[in-house]
Amino acid sequence: MTKVTFVDADGNKTTLDARDGDNLMQAAIADGIDGIVGECCGAMMCATCHVYVEEPHLTTLPQRSEGEEEMLECTASERRKNSRLSCQIKIGPDIDGIVVHLPEEQ
Amino acid sequence: MIKQTVVIVGSGQAGFQTAASLRLEGFEGEIILFGDEPGLPYQRPPLSKTYFADADAQRLLFRNADFFQRNRIKLWDNARAARIHRDRKEVELEDGRTIAYDKLVLALGTKNRELPIPGTRLANVLQLRTLKDADLLRHAAKNASRAVMIGGGFIGLEVASVLRGEGLEVSIIELEPRVMARAVSKPISAHYEQLHAASGVEFHLEESVTSLTGNKKGEVEALTLSDGTRLNADLVVVCAGVVPDIAIAQEAGLAVENGIRVDAHLRTDDPDIFAIGDCASFVHAASNRLVRIESVQNALDQAKCVAKNIAGQKGAQPQAYDRVAWFWSDQAGTKLQIAGLTGPADQWHVCQSDSPEKLTVLAFKDSQFIGAETVNNASDHMTARKILSGRDKVSFKDFESSGFDLRRLAREKTRTG
Repeated sequence: MTKVTFVDADGNKTTLDARDGDNLMQAAIADGIDGIVGECCGAMMCATCHVYVEEPHLTTLPQRSEGEEEMLECTASERRKNSRLSCQIKIGPDIDGIVVHLPEEQ
Repeated sequence: MIKQTVVIVGSGQAGFQTAASLRLEGFEGEIILFGDEPGLPYQRPPLSKTYFADADAQRLLFRNADFFQRNRIKLWDNARAARIHRDRKEVELEDGRTIAYDKLVLALGTKNRELPIPGTRLANVLQLRTLKDADLLRHAAKNASRAVMIGGGFIGLEVASVLRGEGLEVSIIELEPRVMARAVSKPISAHYEQLHAASGVEFHLEESVTSLTGNKKGEVEALTLSDGTRLNADLVVVCAGVVPDIAIAQEAGLAVENGIRVDAHLRTDDPDIFAIGDCASFVHAASNRLVRIESVQNALDQAKCVAKNIAGQKGAQPQAYDRVAWFWSDQAGTKLQIAGLTGPADQWHVCQSDSPEKLTVLAFKDSQFIGAETVNNASDHMTARKILSGRDKVSFKDFESSGFDLRRLAREKTRTG
């Protein structure tokens, strides 16, 4: 289990014990985090699991793939330097304690 | 105020999302969600895709059990509705239990079309709809070497793709002269026929199956096609499309027209009954046609709309459903996406592509832009959705003058509109 924290657009924090091997979108959905939609079930086709990742984890995450780059161009809320698709962030010990902020809109 | 009870029949994407969205909209009454399968509600799309590889059923769940408790959503699993008593405002289950509703939401979905040919009850003749079906198929695939898909639509091609990946020989039999004929344009069909053929899938187009024959153990052994060809197979998957699962609505006397007929607010001709998702037919505002849409997006967005209309204050203006439809499929290692309803198109434009793996086909009807089909081009897809959801109609001429550059066109339209 890995600790992950979601901060919604109003600043409310939710910390979950997420299952290793899942992705961050799946963990959020399973627990009913409202700001994550995940319409395409993680197939990288909808950009509705957009999050802003806090340091220090932002720099240590694996690079975005070309497909993720492309989808991030299409997010409903503005793309920032720390924008990621949560379905592309794998849960495991290396992201323990990660904090991500949810955009206003998906 | 007296607390109301909303009963939702069907716990797929549309039914589940209605329950979740009702709470998000501040609905405080009772929510009862019926599903006819065992366990927590789950997502079906991965069954023909990633679930085949990981077999992780927990990953399919919409939400964990705790979510239902926290949100006071009463989930009745293994519960199949048998009858709606509109006079008493009650739903009767097949096991005889009844439950009263103030508002009823029918999210009945579809059922797989059955083939009226001999041999479909043989062992290893399977279909795909439920988690149980997927498990049976995964298990059968382990012991099979030669699979035949009856039907070359989305599901047939997706399953063909995963079975080919497992090393099986795979053939597809399709009634139409091309694959996905009802869903996509000719250039997209041709692209996928090529991709699947390159991976070793064999096609029998404009053919149907006249019978299936089995061995002494009652397992399927061969198929006979309409031209007399005999194909050997130890696994057959029937993917011959779906029909709306609306018998209980029909018996209750609700208006039905290729689905349960609903108005712009997703209400049936009974003011206390709504219908959403794959089972509902409605007039598509942009094209003024009666449509029934089979997609996750449509199920989710209609659920959100119906939740707003049920939870909304008395006297508030109900919300009309007007979202742009979109679809996706994973096949042969590619992403196929469709924005808009391209069925009525009378003109197509294939965009120039910077890579042989990418393809964008634009659809027009009476010179107006109505949709886009893209392969490995999510950014064109998203831009097409943006253009389609805009207030202005966009013509073929507009595309011509922007050099068929979707992003440029979208920028221009958002600036002026």
